[in-house]
Amino acid sequence: MESIGNIILYFVVALIMALCSVLTVTTRKILRAATYLLFVLLGTAVVYFQLGYQFLGAVQIAVYAGGILVLFVFSILLTQRPGDPAAYLEAHRKFIGGFAALVGVALLAVALCTYPLIDGMSLTEALSQGTPDMAQIGKYLLSTEKFGYLLPFEAISVLLLACIIGGITIARHK
Amino acid sequence: MDCTLPILILAIPITMFLILGLLGMKMSHKLAGILGILGMGTAMVLSYTVAFDYFFSGNELFVSAGDRLQYTVFDVTWLQFSERLVVNLGFLLDPISAMMLVVITTISFFVHLYSWGYMEGEKGFQRFYAFLSLFSFSMLGLVVATNIFQMYIFWELVGVSSYLLIGFYYKLPSAVSASKKAFIVTRFADLGMLIGILVLSYYMPTFNFIELTAPGQPEAVLASTGGATFLGGSVLTWALVLIFTGGMGKSAMLPLHIWLPDAMEGPTPVSALIHAATMVVAGVYLVARMFPLYLMEYQALDFIVGIGAITALYAAMVACAQVDIKRVLAFSTISQIAFMMVSLGVARPEIHEGLGYMSSMFHLFTHAMFKALLFLGAGAIIHAVHSNDYTSMGGLRKYMPITHITFLIGCLAIAGIYPFAGFFSKDEMLSAMYGYSTFWGVWMTFVAGLTAFYMFRLYYLIFWWEENPHYKHHKPHDAPWQMSLPLIILAVVSCVAGFIPFGELVTWNREPYHIHIEWLKIAIPSLCVAIFAILLATVMYAKKNSLPDKAAAIWPGLWTAAHRRFYWDEIYMFITHKIIFNVICQSIAWFDRHIIDGTMDAFAKVTQRTSYVIRGFQSGSIQTYVWWYIVGAVALATITCWAIL
Amino acid sequence: MNLTMLMYLIPSLIMFACGVYGFITRKNLIAILISLELMLNSVDLNFVIFNRFLFPGQMEGMFFTLFAIGIAAAETALAIAIVINIFRSIKNIDVRKITKMKF
Repeated sequence: MESIGNIILYFVVALIMALCSVLTVTTRKILRAATYLLFVLLGTAVVYFQLGYQFLGAVQIAVYAGGILVLFVFSILLTQRPGDPAAYLEAHRKFIGGFAALVGVALLAVALCTYPLIDGMSLTEALSQGTPDMAQIGKYLLSTEKFGYLLPFEAISVLLLACIIGGITIARHK
Repeated sequence: MDCTLPILILAIPITMFLILGLLGMKMSHKLAGILGILGMGTAMVLSYTVAFDYFFSGNELFVSAGDRLQYTVFDVTWLQFSERLVVNLGFLLDPISAMMLVVITTISFFVHLYSWGYMEGEKGFQRFYAFLSLFSFSMLGLVVATNIFQMYIFWELVGVSSYLLIGFYYKLPSAVSASKKAFIVTRFADLGMLIGILVLSYYMPTFNFIELTAPGQPEAVLASTGGATFLGGSVLTWALVLIFTGGMGKSAMLPLHIWLPDAMEGPTPVSALIHAATMVVAGVYLVARMFPLYLMEYQALDFIVGIGAITALYAAMVACAQVDIKRVLAFSTISQIAFMMVSLGVARPEIHEGLGYMSSMFHLFTHAMFKALLFLGAGAIIHAVHSNDYTSMGGLRKYMPITHITFLIGCLAIAGIYPFAGFFSKDEMLSAMYGYSTFWGVWMTFVAGLTAFYMFRLYYLIFWWEENPHYKHHKPHDAPWQMSLPLIILAVVSCVAGFIPFGELVTWNREPYHIHIEWLKIAIPSLCVAIFAILLATVMYAKKNSLPDKAAAIWPGLWTAAHRRFYWDEIYMFITHKIIFNVICQSIAWFDRHIIDGTMDAFAKVTQRTSYVIRGFQSGSIQTYVWWYIVGAVALATITCWAIL
Repeated sequence: MNLTMLMYLIPSLIMFACGVYGFITRKNLIAILISLELMLNSVDLNFVIFNRFLFPGQMEGMFFTLFAIGIAAAETALAIAIVINIFRSIKNIDVRKITKMKF
């Protein structure tokens, strides 16, 4: 049996996430879309916290909400006058997009409902198996043994470096 | 024996070809001519040395107890395909190849010398000498071949150089078509030869002539065919007849003779060298080379006799009605080669100890000399009057004494008058033919009479008849010394060549054979026939009169037919154009255009249409791509779910 | 009442569908990128959810998400650099105006 707080938190977050997702893609003002996206990302962070991954939630807030979203807002401000509404969407394109999304949802819903393990474990039980602490994560990230992630870690480092250089090269004037 | 000389005999002409062909255009005409003549002269001297060594040195390599031996000077492996299929290149010395070396280099040298005067000032003078050298090389390579494959290779080379020389005046459409005709007809015949070689090679352990014709070997080949037959002939007969087909093409036997009269479009020295003396006797030489195999199958020899006899009569009749003097000589060549073929065909060990073989080779030798003489004389006449037709000649004896005398000697030689060369060889051939069958003997005697008639008809029409009025404007004169000298020398050779003891040198089994002339039975009757023919020609053509027209009017159909060469060209045209081109080729072309091309076009059109339709998908809009991607993913997922559930 | 895996997966599914819808319908390149982020985020979320409910004792899902977030950051940075470059050259970031990739 879950605590009432957890349940209430879940519903609030789930509602916010679903609602803001829909609003993100339906609003005609691009800056608002970015703002709704921020709420979705924050909601995701809350879910991470609730599932016991505090570090991941922190990363989510720091990188996504703090970094990527700021980039979005910058580029929006660079390319768009604030409050400029986007053009109306074409009806057939809306239909195509809606069709793809709905068919996808329907299909995945069927898949979810028929998956045998879907109702296996409750959150409390799952959490009782332990949550990773920071020291453990740090060790794993830099270790080369089992559950060691040094190689991807380094790969990501190089990727980020390349990305920085690439970004500079692409954006450089002339 | 040292093999330097034989190698040089082959190497000098090919080197000359390369030098003159590659650098000739940089040289002056004079230098190129001298180079060519010197090269050929050296080869001639070397050939004489080698032939003299072979025949008269008494070296035990060449002679053993009176019998001449076949001697391989060198034989190197050139291509090895498998254990049995090996192509060698070598130099085989035996009586006929030594004799051919002499014939080829002599004629070739005189033609080189003659061309210096004849071709003077022609464009492409150096090219002409280069091709002459190439031809000499190929022909020498052919006669000294140690195996069938070498012979075949040089056989084709000879064909190519003949093609190049016939088409020497490549700006003349008639020369171009004549060269094409010669090449295609002989190639077509060579196909038969190649098939024959392949059939034979299936049963033969070797391609080497010596091993192949060694005593006992032909019997072994015959035994290995295991009595297999095809359409009534044994395998060996078929192979030999097919190989003979190649010889029929090169030697212009009926019905593959059509290229030779047209080949006269080439320069006259070429006609003398290639189309009178050397290349056209390659067919005779081929049969002589493989003679022990032919002896296994008399059917093949009988076939050769039949073809030869018919060709001889046909060509002699056509020669009586030609206007172009070179064409007369061409048909005369066909007729004389057919004589040699018949003589080879009737050569059997049981008939006068294989006399036919010896006489055929003898006639090959003498004919080469006097026919080259006749052609070169005709060239001198053409050089003087600038025309090939006898209608623009007549009465030339006063203007061209040297040409006149030498031409007369050539005519007497070919007519077979004692003591000129033709008499001896023709007499031996007729003996062999009478020994084989009286019918063919009489037939060939008649042909010999015809030969005398048409040659003297030609002689009188050129040198007597009636003086052409054009001479007043343009006075013909004898040719320069480069051209006269070969005429004189060849005339002398034609006078004395008959006294060579040929039987001692060349026989089918290489044992000496003593020639004895059967005066009463053969020589005097044939001599009478020849003299009668000459007298007839004298009556008809010595002075301008109406007898020839009256004679033609007796059988106008026959005369027209002979004049039109019995319509052989028309028959070929009908078969190739009306039947092959119109019926067969057009239907094949229709099939190719509509069915094969149509199928391919249909593929192309379908692909093109489809690509036009599907290129719309490449809208450049990423969102559309994603939509399609999602559709695909959803479809896959649906299928997966379906399968799981 | 238990909080089960399905309950967490549903908002994630909605988020993903919205991403798909947005990606296909929007004209603005930045809006398309935002939709892309939505989808990516939903996938990240799924990894974490599966990790928690199906393999609670392990951490592969979490680490995968961690790296995915890093890569997403890099990808967004580059994409925005490209968008700004496009904007600079054609003064527009409407995908329908960018037709150079067309046949």
